[in-house]
Amino acid sequence: MMKIKGERAEKWGFSGLGALTKNKTHLNFMVIFSLIALTGYVVGVHGTITGYHHVYNVTREIPWGLLIAAYIFCVVTSTGLCLVSSIGHVFGYEPYMPIAKRAVFLSIIFMLGGFTVIFFDIENPHRMAIYNVISPNITSNMWWMGTLYGLYLLALGVEYFFLLEQSHALSRISGLFGVLFGVAAHSNLGAVFGMLHGREFWYGPYMPIYFIVSAMMSGGAAIILFTCLGWKLDRHILSRRMERAIKAVCQLTIMLIAVIMFFTVWKIISGIVAPEKYIAIMAFISGPYALVFWIFEIGMGMIIPFVLLIRSKGTDYNLMFIASLMMLVGIFFMRYDLVLAGQIVPVYHGLGVEEYLHLNTYMPSFHEIAITIGALCFCSAAFIFGEKILDGHQFQKHAIVPPGGFICPGCGGIHYKKEGETDEDALKRHHRLRKVDREDFL
Amino acid sequence: MTFKHKINLDNLKDEGQDSVTGFERREFLKLGLIITGVFAGGKLLSVASRVDEVFASSRDFVEKYPYKPHYTMVVRQGLCIDCEQCVKACKETNDVPDYGYRTRILQKVTSDAIGRKHEFIPILCNHCNEAPCVRACPTRATYKNKENGIVMMEYEKCIGCKMCMLACPYEARYFNTEKHAIDKCNFCYDTRLSKGMSLTACANACPTGARMFGDLSDPENVAYKMIHQIEKQVWVLRPEAGAKPNVFYMKATRSSPWELRRQAEAR
Repeated sequence: MMKIKGERAEKWGFSGLGALTKNKTHLNFMVIFSLIALTGYVVGVHGTITGYHHVYNVTREIPWGLLIAAYIFCVVTSTGLCLVSSIGHVFGYEPYMPIAKRAVFLSIIFMLGGFTVIFFDIENPHRMAIYNVISPNITSNMWWMGTLYGLYLLALGVEYFFLLEQSHALSRISGLFGVLFGVAAHSNLGAVFGMLHGREFWYGPYMPIYFIVSAMMSGGAAIILFTCLGWKLDRHILSRRMERAIKAVCQLTIMLIAVIMFFTVWKIISGIVAPEKYIAIMAFISGPYALVFWIFEIGMGMIIPFVLLIRSKGTDYNLMFIASLMMLVGIFFMRYDLVLAGQIVPVYHGLGVEEYLHLNTYMPSFHEIAITIGALCFCSAAFIFGEKILDGHQFQKHAIVPPGGFICPGCGGIHYKKEGETDEDALKRHHRLRKVDREDFL
Repeated sequence: MTFKHKINLDNLKDEGQDSVTGFERREFLKLGLIITGVFAGGKLLSVASRVDEVFASSRDFVEKYPYKPHYTMVVRQGLCIDCEQCVKACKETNDVPDYGYRTRILQKVTSDAIGRKHEFIPILCNHCNEAPCVRACPTRATYKNKENGIVMMEYEKCIGCKMCMLACPYEARYFNTEKHAIDKCNFCYDTRLSKGMSLTACANACPTGARMFGDLSDPENVAYKMIHQIEKQVWVLRPEAGAKPNVFYMKATRSSPWELRRQAEAR
């Protein structure tokens, strides 16, 4: 651990900028990721100057392409990280508490990554800043999306600040707002698709529900992946508490994969019997998108990680690392499939006209791919930066416990006992957990 | 329960069908249709009919159309010869770039039909009463004109999120790079209607009368008459989207005297 100057730095778990240069390999990775991210964004700016019409492959028929998929991937991961970690530090389930700091930090990072992607997707972002405020349309899901995600990011920021301050009560309250805005914003993102009654494939309440559940699945995978990576970067931060937390997250993730599996199965079965969805579903089952669907979305996104995570028993970190990495890749393609599925069947297909007999096609352009990779590399670089500079997101390791204090087994912070209080009582008081008196109950 | 004036059905005299004129019969049928709400301007009566009755405008709009004037376009599909004069006129009038279109003509081939096998279907913005694009737009850059129901664009408010392009069931919108905004058909409101002309560029240019532009709130208007009749089928595109469109389709007809062969304004 680095030598820390001053009381405040100690409280914040801040390792100082010097921590970045300690391990050259990690520093190189961070620099490479940053450079790729920068390149991606420069390509994006080039696109802004040239005009998106010339550099993006989105068309009148398919107006939303890879960038929207990348945006959804980022914000889904962000919401998932927030929701899964909230089980611990907001709703008070002790085994999940240690993941909070890293999860909320990454949640903010992924949100910012998502915003950079959408910045390059929207043609006139400057107008958005003005007219979202002075000319709002409250019936528009798109307007709510911007507004709710803005509030969500704000709540996350406040939550993270209080987490660093180790102010449990305030971080819980702001965390609760984070969860509320997160659920509202994210289910609303599902409704952006689900409320398009001109697009049969998306229309219905399925989308908002699916978005929330799949967000939690992504969140679980992201927590496992980034915690394992964090351990790889600095093995000293491995701790029993964290191992226990990861095991709990692993179990939850297995369950969520199972839920998404049955969601997908019923989506396919119900789609096959609905004439207006049939064409889109078949394009994924046996048509041009079959490879992406079966290999990436189903294979890498669900089945293989499901088996690997069960086999890992929550303790084999190599298996869990591979499984969660595959999941995130699979989930990315899941979003891509989702965005395209509603658009590949032409709106006039039912009319039987020559122009719209065939499925619409889309292949991402260089600019779109570059911006997407840029955003993902931005998140990766920021992750390494965070791990290094914030000392592996640990709650402060206190060499000397001050008198009257003790290290909380839940969050790892220092708590102070009142007179005559046991450690457990103090933990419950700090985290506002209600005392359960078994004797009374039974 | 007893009736005051009992009708003795057995003693009623059969008047015979001869005494009912065609006009009366037609009026009677119309009455029935008005009561059941079929006259919603464009019930789907086509051969490819659906089980559900589908209305272009709901029953509330039967008595009174919500806008004055309530602009509409009736496309007499069978008359279209795909000459693309309308597309050309639209491009010239509204400064539409080559990569986009506000209106276009689709081609349908029925290979096993006897005789004519090609059908041409002009499409454009349907100026829906329940426009999904208007609901979807985050900044109210696209809106229904309160007077005439035209779905219009306020270009400088458009953030370019393309949500409306997804929401539109008719693919009537495209992104115009020069305007930095979504562009779409506005029934030539800025270029013609607001300058006192009574027809859109496309309807004016149409040499066969396939496109008939009119006002649904005026019972004397040709479009009103075309839609409020039961001899010919009138339908809308994609009624299942529920957007209550204001562009109606019918097969060619020149049988009634009020149906002009074509609309002409500046000729």
